[in-house]
Amino acid sequence: MHPDNIIEQIRERFPDEVTGSGSQFAQSWAVLKREKVEEICRFLKEDPDVRMDYLIDITAVDWLLKSPRFEVVYNMHSMQHGHRVRLKVPVEDDGDPWVPSVSGVWKTACWHERETYDLFGIIFRGNPDLRRILLPDDWEGYPLRKDYPVEGTEWTFRPWPE
Amino acid sequence: MPLTTKEITINMGPQHPSTHGVLRLVLELDGEVVVSCTPHIGYLHRGSEKLAEARTYQQIVPLTDRFDYLSCGNNNLGYAIAVEKLMGIEVPERADYLRVIVAELSRLSAHLLWLATHAADIGAVTVLLYCLREREEILNLFELLTGARLTVSYVNIGGVRRDATPEFFRRTKEFMVEMPKRIQEYNTLIMENRIWLGRTKGIGIISYEEAIDWGLTGGSLRGSGVNYDLRKVMPYAAYEKLKFEVPLGHVGDVYDRYIVRMEEMNQSIAMINQCVEDIPDGPYKADIPMVSLPPKDRVMQDIETLIHHFVLVSKGFPVRKGEIYAAAEVPKGELGFYIVSDGSEKPVRMKVRSPSFVNLSCLPQMVKGHMVADIVSCIGSIDIVLGEVDR
Repeated sequence: MHPDNIIEQIRERFPDEVTGSGSQFAQSWAVLKREKVEEICRFLKEDPDVRMDYLIDITAVDWLLKSPRFEVVYNMHSMQHGHRVRLKVPVEDDGDPWVPSVSGVWKTACWHERETYDLFGIIFRGNPDLRRILLPDDWEGYPLRKDYPVEGTEWTFRPWPE
Repeated sequence: MPLTTKEITINMGPQHPSTHGVLRLVLELDGEVVVSCTPHIGYLHRGSEKLAEARTYQQIVPLTDRFDYLSCGNNNLGYAIAVEKLMGIEVPERADYLRVIVAELSRLSAHLLWLATHAADIGAVTVLLYCLREREEILNLFELLTGARLTVSYVNIGGVRRDATPEFFRRTKEFMVEMPKRIQEYNTLIMENRIWLGRTKGIGIISYEEAIDWGLTGGSLRGSGVNYDLRKVMPYAAYEKLKFEVPLGHVGDVYDRYIVRMEEMNQSIAMINQCVEDIPDGPYKADIPMVSLPPKDRVMQDIETLIHHFVLVSKGFPVRKGEIYAAAEVPKGELGFYIVSDGSEKPVRMKVRSPSFVNLSCLPQMVKGHMVADIVSCIGSIDIVLGEVDR
């Protein structure tokens, strides 16, 4: 199925959720509201014509001065049909940037969500194990945000946790 | 007082010879049976994605070497095809063939090191010595081709860094005649070895559906029988023109993953042979002044070319606005680059979808209910490199 048709299917099923779509280099994406992301993903995975059984990755992009600031990106592929689609979920930085977790839909999502939480500070509501993954547990700040310096943060040596 | 039993928590790693780097596992054991396993990663985190946002597109190529430092050619290739698609660059045919040669040599060397350590972990130390002997020859070939042995940065945006010499082709051909015999040698050592079978058959079984659901790729996925190889599914470089097969497993245990990777080595040899035979003459990098560096001898002779070289290296080149996800089949699986460009010389975001990271997330599922000693063979069979897990 052509990726544009998949986006059309999401539109039909969830008419109020899709706020936009786009396509570049034969790769298509849909922009979604965050509330029903989990249901949409479950539909994409379980619908026999779409069958997005393989979640490639979850990541985020920080557009510092734009609003909404963050964009959570889901890349997925169907092993059965061989088509791909990308979902984008804009998230406002209002002190609690959250999206629903899809770790109940794909098992692989858990670690991707942990990584995105670790590096961007985006909360995946419903993830059973939302801990830092690459950085130490007591790390402050979220390094992949654009207002985090590339080098030269202060570092204090703490041999043992208090 | 009645006797009670309770689970014991032990720590494995981060400094442990069979975790292939700095991987730490916290294990809950009931006797010798694993009840749960929690991987702790990040000891090698270098912030490559953050660094990439502060580098020009050319400067990122050496960063990609350091993900999976055993198969640099593949990583460079994955990154290069992503940027080339973003810029709409057509690569000359000779460069495509050279890219496949270096990618498949990298795959051979990565698989050799995988087999060496995997076998040594399980107890067949002889295999380690044999494999390193052949890997040495591949590193010599790299040295001849690129000037570097480990982090080669050979594949560049728009082509490859330098052309191959006739001597390189001669020695590659010679080695490719020798290599199948060597693989036969490894097989006689372990393939039907009773201890090897006992340690690998029926261990860490991942079913077809589970393998997809966990997002496994590469040999770990194909060991479970899923026919998904990016070289076939969405061919890049010269893979479309080459004849090769995708080996598949049936059961999805450690042994099947081992068999799949062994057969992949044979396929790599077949591909290199075809490339060396069919490689066309012509330029080895795209003739696009905005992207490719000018020839070195001209840089030394006239000032305009020197300025051109200087500007390209120091300032980089702008990449048109857009976003792309492109992936390459590296020895570990699907290495994907999701690049978002705002039209400047540096990417806004470069997400690296590393196969080792995803494959490792499946480890707790694999080892549940097995013995402690089986963890070692499971880690070996998913073939992780911690440089790629932590990036």
